[in-house]
Amino acid sequence: MNMRHPSTRGQISIQDVVKVYDPEGAAVMAVDHCSLDIDAGEICMIVGPSGCGKTTLLNAIAGFHEITSGRITMDGEVLCSNEKPKSTPGPDRIVVFQNGALFPWKSNLENVIFGPVMQGKLGRREAIEKGRAMMADAGLSGVEHNYPGEVSSGMRRRVEIVRALMNDPKALLLDEPYRALDSLTKSVMHEALLEIYYKNKVTIFFITHDLEEAIFLGHRVAIMTTRPCKPKKVLDVDIPHPRDYSVLTSKRFRELIEETNDAVHEEALKAFQAGEKEG
Amino acid sequence: MKKFLSSPAFWRGAASIVVFLVLWEIGARSKQWMSPEFFMPFKELLGAMGFKKDYLPWIGAVPAPSGVLKAWIAVLGQPGYWQSWYMSMFRVMGGFVAAMIVGIPFGLMLAVSRVAHGVGFPVFEVLRPIPPLAWVPASIIFWPTQELAIIFITFLGAFYTIVINVLGGARSIDVRYFQAAQSMGSSRWDIFRRVILPGTLPSIVVGSAVGMGITWEVVVAAEMISGGGSQQAGVGGGLGFFIWNSYVGGSYEQIVVGMISIGIAGFLSSELLRWGGRHATPWLKSR
Repeated sequence: MNMRHPSTRGQISIQDVVKVYDPEGAAVMAVDHCSLDIDAGEICMIVGPSGCGKTTLLNAIAGFHEITSGRITMDGEVLCSNEKPKSTPGPDRIVVFQNGALFPWKSNLENVIFGPVMQGKLGRREAIEKGRAMMADAGLSGVEHNYPGEVSSGMRRRVEIVRALMNDPKALLLDEPYRALDSLTKSVMHEALLEIYYKNKVTIFFITHDLEEAIFLGHRVAIMTTRPCKPKKVLDVDIPHPRDYSVLTSKRFRELIEETNDAVHEEALKAFQAGEKEG
Repeated sequence: MKKFLSSPAFWRGAASIVVFLVLWEIGARSKQWMSPEFFMPFKELLGAMGFKKDYLPWIGAVPAPSGVLKAWIAVLGQPGYWQSWYMSMFRVMGGFVAAMIVGIPFGLMLAVSRVAHGVGFPVFEVLRPIPPLAWVPASIIFWPTQELAIIFITFLGAFYTIVINVLGGARSIDVRYFQAAQSMGSSRWDIFRRVILPGTLPSIVVGSAVGMGITWEVVVAAEMISGGGSQQAGVGGGLGFFIWNSYVGGSYEQIVVGMISIGIAGFLSSELLRWGGRHATPWLKSR
């Protein structure tokens, strides 16, 4: 459908999804009739203020939370719907968490081989071989036998992305993975992520509240309204991939920021006035 | 080791112990260099505070370290002393190991099963506030031998702490680890084995360390109350009874020998535990 990201799998369709927390009590509407189609192999950035319900959407796709109504499909297959409100978590959709979820008690390499070994897709020895190769590819040679707690937070994120990719997922769901990193590390991580993406071509559903990050990485940027969450504006980023950091100083990049800044700011202001908690 | 011996930390520690011993020795010998008249001016005041006028709290009443050392050397050759060590160690380890064997699975069960928690936790919470020493009489009646009774009481000392720590530790495992494991295709058993168990290990180590401390407190008191267990009085009744027996026999130096022996025994068991803990949780570097 879209020639810019020619993958054949990982097309996610969010159709009219509603999520109400505590429907019998406080009835907080987190997601309001949200529809969004994400192409196979697309990097789709979800931008919205903290606590707007973006993570709720991600949890629905991943299968960590139920939806109240609506439907989410992947490659035509129904993940969750009115009949089956909670999708089943699986290795085809791997989440990279905000604060990281590498098992601290396993070495980096043990973390990386966890998925394929659990699923019985690879024997331990093959998994180790593949894990080492993928870690080397991501610039992680030499830290295989360290614990996650022994390496920098930037490296941990990279290990976690490698761990996700080891499952051969159709989609990566990233929940503000670089939020806790300093801006210098962040810029390195962005290029590293793109490099990994160019090699693996998975669909990326990437939540952030950083507009520059969103425009730099994404094929499209969906700007969400503050709670309840639904797309306010979907921006096509017409800067060709592969991209590198020179993009940040390009005219087009600045134009796109200007084009969207108001929409983002407006929602952030609304969230601030509503007193949303950071989340 | 060489580095350690030349480090300031070592010398500070050594100096602290030496100064302590010297002050103690000087204080204990105050009988010799300080006349009772010294206290005369304070007698009225101290009397008003409720002290008996002819018997003041005074470090001179405590045996001096030199005397303690002499008594210790004398006692080192007696099998009864070592038997006391062995008996107390045996009771502590017996109760402690039993507490781990019962407490860890029990805590894990409370953590993972809502039914087990609903059924088991209320009873546990009612029994938990009862101090182990309050169990001494009931325990002596219940268990066929005094030995078992004492081990049971030390077991109680460690059991509650271990269970509470395991339960709390298992419950505080971040939900992200479960979600990640589930996404990557883990079964419920895999999650238990590869997430809950290792995730609870640090709490098990902490709970065990605290439990071990309580075990020593409890065993000494239990030995004093029960008169040294099934052993003949004075011979291998445990370190707690060793102290009590020395007190009854009027050998004040030996009381202190017994106290210091317990300190050493407690220190050794904590070290053993720390060593084990470090090996069980190598990903936690600072402990």
